[in-house]
Amino acid sequence: MNRMDINVQWVFTSMALLGLASGMIGTFALLKKQSLIGDAMAHAALPGICIAFLLYGQKSLLLFLIGAACSGYIATICIQFIVKHTRVKEDAAIGIVLSVFFGLGIVLLTWINQHEGGNQSGIHDFLFGKAASLTGSDVNVLTVTAVTVIIMILIFFKEFKIITFDRAFAQGIGISVSLLNGVLMFLIVSVVVIGLQAVGVVLMSALLITPALAARYWTEKLEWMTLLAGGFGALSGVAGAYISLIAYAPTGPLVIIFATMLFIFSFLFAPKRGLCSKMIRRHIERKKLQSQQLMYKRGEQL
Amino acid sequence: MSYTMWILLTASLVGINCGLVGTFLVLRKMSMLSDAISHSVLLGIVGAYMISHHLQGVSMLVGALIVGLLTTFLVQWLHQKGVQNDAAIGVVFTCLFAIGVVLISLFADRVHLDVEHALMGEIAFVPWDVLEVGGKSIGPKAIWLLGFVLAINIFCIVFAYKELKISSFDHEMAVTLGIPVVLIHYVLMGMLSLTTVASFDSVGAILVVAMLIVPSATAYLWTDRLSVMLICSAFIGVLASMIGYTIATVFNVSISGAIAVSTGVIFFISLWIAPKYGLLRKWLKKSPA
Amino acid sequence: MKMNPLVVEQMTVAYDRQLVLEDVSFFIPKGKLVGVIGPNGAGKSTLMKAMLNFIPRMHGHVFVYGQPYEKQRHLVGYVPQRNSVDWDFPTNALDVVLMGRYGHIGLWKRPKKEDVDMAMQCLDKVGMLPYAKRQISQLSGGQQQRVFLARALAQDASIYFMDEPFVGVDAATEKAIVQLLNELKTRGKTVLVVHHDLQTVRDYFDYVLLLNKRVIAFGETESVFTYDHIQKTYGGKVTFLSSTHIVG
Repeated sequence: MNRMDINVQWVFTSMALLGLASGMIGTFALLKKQSLIGDAMAHAALPGICIAFLLYGQKSLLLFLIGAACSGYIATICIQFIVKHTRVKEDAAIGIVLSVFFGLGIVLLTWINQHEGGNQSGIHDFLFGKAASLTGSDVNVLTVTAVTVIIMILIFFKEFKIITFDRAFAQGIGISVSLLNGVLMFLIVSVVVIGLQAVGVVLMSALLITPALAARYWTEKLEWMTLLAGGFGALSGVAGAYISLIAYAPTGPLVIIFATMLFIFSFLFAPKRGLCSKMIRRHIERKKLQSQQLMYKRGEQL
Repeated sequence: MSYTMWILLTASLVGINCGLVGTFLVLRKMSMLSDAISHSVLLGIVGAYMISHHLQGVSMLVGALIVGLLTTFLVQWLHQKGVQNDAAIGVVFTCLFAIGVVLISLFADRVHLDVEHALMGEIAFVPWDVLEVGGKSIGPKAIWLLGFVLAINIFCIVFAYKELKISSFDHEMAVTLGIPVVLIHYVLMGMLSLTTVASFDSVGAILVVAMLIVPSATAYLWTDRLSVMLICSAFIGVLASMIGYTIATVFNVSISGAIAVSTGVIFFISLWIAPKYGLLRKWLKKSPA
Repeated sequence: MKMNPLVVEQMTVAYDRQLVLEDVSFFIPKGKLVGVIGPNGAGKSTLMKAMLNFIPRMHGHVFVYGQPYEKQRHLVGYVPQRNSVDWDFPTNALDVVLMGRYGHIGLWKRPKKEDVDMAMQCLDKVGMLPYAKRQISQLSGGQQQRVFLARALAQDASIYFMDEPFVGVDAATEKAIVQLLNELKTRGKTVLVVHHDLQTVRDYFDYVLLLNKRVIAFGETESVFTYDHIQKTYGGKVTFLSSTHIVG
């Protein structure tokens, strides 16, 4: 097996694992109505990555992960602080934090390029995503992180379920909601960070929510939805990587386009919740209602 | 005019344009729609290029306008069909952006445009790209483009001030009064798309978001009048441009990034010291000495 | 019959799969105060929103002075529930009242001095003149409700729909609202009010519409607001009412 093949294998494995982990954790982000928080975190990760590089002096995915997790966490705190203590609403708070943190990241990035010979830093790949640039050690970190996230989801599934569905009740039965929220946030940040290198800042949020949103149309059970979202994510990852290989186009965007197609298909054709079946059902019910009303009227006339 | 003056003028025009449009976005709780449109507009620019084979002002504006309105429409439609709002925004813009990136990479040899440029902008090059009439230079193209969009924005806001105001404050009331709320919504989204694409080329997608939301949210902390809020957020946008540019030249870093950070700093300071809604005052009130 | 201020014919509204209103028909004579009464989820707010076309009707028609509502929008004023707007909006009380004039000012035009004067008068009528320049988030709940009512006055419509104006207001505001309702009545306006408090129905309204997905009963308060009808509307869950408030 030559080097090229190994690289391709790496890309396929990591995209599948990444898709799986992000689809599963994305389910909770979606149901907590925090789709855009994922976007904010992806952007907020950049200054953390840059600071990690400035402190350590060379690329290290593990340190980048820690840096990104820290700045992502600070970003969430900032959003919550603004919403709680000012009249600024949540959407604007997310926008403020997202754009200012990203601006800071860009400032640091240009600083690194000027002063540290940063072209070798590989930070650039985090901005736009470059699955092909994944090295062996990257794949190791990515695999370990993704598997850890998946295991954590399985362990805390019951708890995540209840804090997502009914916070107040969870608190009432003595579950530490803030701690579990912290864990959930941390898992999201972890997935965002390992995903950045593969799909880039802008598209990372889509990797979280699009598979989950597609899965929502097929089932009413959280267990199935989580599994299905993971499956859709993994499928999109592999399909995107494969198409990019034969079409010589960037992997990240293709993964997202594939995931969006899965969503559109689910949105239109899923049984029960899909648009088509809804329309058919509505049509039937309207007919039924009309004939009922007609019968009433006839009854009245008699 | 000197090189610095042109850059400051460009950044200030971006600040004014974004401040005006952003005020309504913040009040209508549509801030994240600006994030969406600022990214999906990339597809409009690529599309315009593929059809017209150049990157001149008008075709770019039209392309951006179409994709901007398409984004809004799709988000609205998905929302109506039961997709939660935040997710609808997230799905639509990432998909359109992804298509834009793929198209750029497929036609990379022919398109003078790259994703990095689109995200971060290159305001430092603005003064070199001048508009020439009859062989004479009449100033950078970006200035003309931004000036043109500013004229449109001011016209729309002055013309439809009362309609924009009531449909932002009380949508249902506006409907019963016979105000064309749907038209108003799409006019605003059109203004947003034009502002985004005009600013995009010089400052990039992310700074557009920063300039749209942060100064307006800051102004929201300072005033209780819509008209003052509009002026105030335009002013904060200009102020942030000045500070950001100075920082960027001193430390030799990205100008658009530095401006985004400056908006954040101004917001952070206002958060504490704003007269009526600042935290300092709130806390002082709570614990009277 | 169609020349009555408001005629609703066989209105049916459904959300997704559930029928929220079924075959609702009634008509209201001129100059009456009408209370819309029913338990939570009976479709009271939905009724108003469907009449105003905010939500699609599956079936049915709404006539205002003999014409379809769509043609007579300007004759109908709407006072939404107080929590339906963001009170942090940067504007003051006078400005909100002035919004009621927008329909008269016409599209794309500016308010004139007469409009401002009229808005001031309306504020005065609800006792809010001293607060004209106050930012709306600095007003109490009752004061906000009064601003909304002043706005409805400024609109100068012929028919008013009010969604729960009495909820969460102080005694002074409640009194002001009642006064205002009576003034509207003497000026020949027709007012439809979604109302919660069964105790006060007899005192406030000429007509009642008892609603629980269907019209349970409709007519003059004296004859319709009876124990049986209320039990039927609330599914037999009302036991606390003393007989002084109800006939029968």
